[in-house]
Amino acid sequence: MNTSASGTPDPAIDSAFVRRWLSLATSAIEHKSSWLTELDSAIGDADHGTNMQRGFAAASAAVEREPSNTPGEVLTHVGRQLISSVGGAAGPLYGTLLRRAGKALGDQPAVTPEELCVALRSGVDSVAQLGRSERGDKTMLDSLYPAVEAMEFALSSGSGLLAALAAARTAADEGAAATVPILARRGRASYLGERSIGHQDPGATSAALLIAAFAEAAEAV
Amino acid sequence: MKMLINVPETVVADGLRGLAAAHPELTVDVENRLVVRRDAPVEGKVGLVSGGGSGHEPLHAGFVGRGMLDAACPGEVFTSPVPDQMARAAAAVDSGAGVLFVIKNYTGDVLNFDMAAELAEDEGVQVAKVIVNDDVAVTDSLYTAGRRGTGGTLFVERLAGAAAEEGAPLDRVATLAHRVNDGCRSFGVALSACSTPAKGGPTFELPPGQLELGIGIHGEPGRERRAMMTSGEIADAAVDAVVTDLRPDGPVFVLVNGMGGTPLLELYGFNAEVQRALGERGVPVVRTLVGNYVTSLDMAGASVTVCRADDELLRLWDSPVRTAALRWGC
Repeated sequence: MNTSASGTPDPAIDSAFVRRWLSLATSAIEHKSSWLTELDSAIGDADHGTNMQRGFAAASAAVEREPSNTPGEVLTHVGRQLISSVGGAAGPLYGTLLRRAGKALGDQPAVTPEELCVALRSGVDSVAQLGRSERGDKTMLDSLYPAVEAMEFALSSGSGLLAALAAARTAADEGAAATVPILARRGRASYLGERSIGHQDPGATSAALLIAAFAEAAEAV
Repeated sequence: MKMLINVPETVVADGLRGLAAAHPELTVDVENRLVVRRDAPVEGKVGLVSGGGSGHEPLHAGFVGRGMLDAACPGEVFTSPVPDQMARAAAAVDSGAGVLFVIKNYTGDVLNFDMAAELAEDEGVQVAKVIVNDDVAVTDSLYTAGRRGTGGTLFVERLAGAAAEEGAPLDRVATLAHRVNDGCRSFGVALSACSTPAKGGPTFELPPGQLELGIGIHGEPGRERRAMMTSGEIADAAVDAVVTDLRPDGPVFVLVNGMGGTPLLELYGFNAEVQRALGERGVPVVRTLVGNYVTSLDMAGASVTVCRADDELLRLWDSPVRTAALRWGC
């Protein structure tokens, strides 16, 4: 078992880990909901926080009703719930990300950090495909790709789960902040053209919150 | 901002309950967010399903009925509905002749309707789709989400709805819907921002004495801000934008559409200027509609839509329609 620099052992990546992530993500979205909506009102339509809050509340309730035994099943279940309750572009995009990642984890009761990382990479790729977007378009991909790459790099350099997710979290935060000077090319912000410059992307911001929740889920054992 | 609501969380459900109370000819499923004409599925008829975020009333639920839509799926305010809603609507209106999804071109709407089409096809419903993208204010390029669907939606829903009512098969209804969309162009201006119930105040700041040109219908700012103009100057700017893009070589339908917060007196005055501007550019108008049809909550302002007309489209336009917001001939 890997240990972090502080000597804390890495937790198992099982269904309890993913449920911890869901609970932390749900409360982070709830606490930052007005901020997300505020960011969205500058370059979108002022509802990102509200929609994400509704989706994660529904997903939490659903997972509580039907607890699943594998991390893959929990992620897939959360993805389905987001598709059925968020609406907008965020519902299908986040829903597809988590469903794809969940399916990639298969039906193992616990997975390795490398397997989690591969699953997240495949989920993020499916967002790019569905949204016909790439990095630099001022979307959630601008925090998701740096996060996945930081995690990949950390794991390949011998870090454990805690350190890899901490690196992913930092990269996601930096990626979200780096969307400020970008001209939006996808979604509603793209209608603004030059006027989208100077604002942080709400999708990249909520994606960074979800990545941070993974790091916290690993620390919270 | 004062609003005539109970709490922001229930505005959509409250509106649907009120719609149901006023229109017994509609079946309103408040829980599943679905408005269906009561006689659906109509034997042998292609079903028309549309939907989108709430806040644009009467679009789309106000256009459900004979000669227009068979079902509408309202989402949360300015948020596309979820796939389950459209899949359920498709099942409710399909008589075996298939279903046409009328989708406004927004990233969220397109993604959710695509997922719904897959669900409906899994259930054996034949689905065709038309994406409405009539707003000339958006540069249609690889670097945007493409032109938005706005006032042109009314023409697509009305004319394709009329063709379906006459018994046209799915491929013909879909082809006609695409042809109508190709012949529609819109341009909108805002004199004030709109206020969403969730935010409780304006979605952007528009200083006094200024207006936004090229706005959409979701309270998003436009592409350009200018010092306030007269109705005549605004009409010239809007008509220029749509005519330059469409280059009509024959008669057109015109929609002078209020965004929700502008009085009808002003809209009619604006229509006089729009008709003058079209006349000066040699564009003959065969039918005109003035009113609040594709709105943006309480936003003040208006949009102009022109739609190419021909004998077939004119006959379909004049055929009977009976919905909450449009009705003539029956």
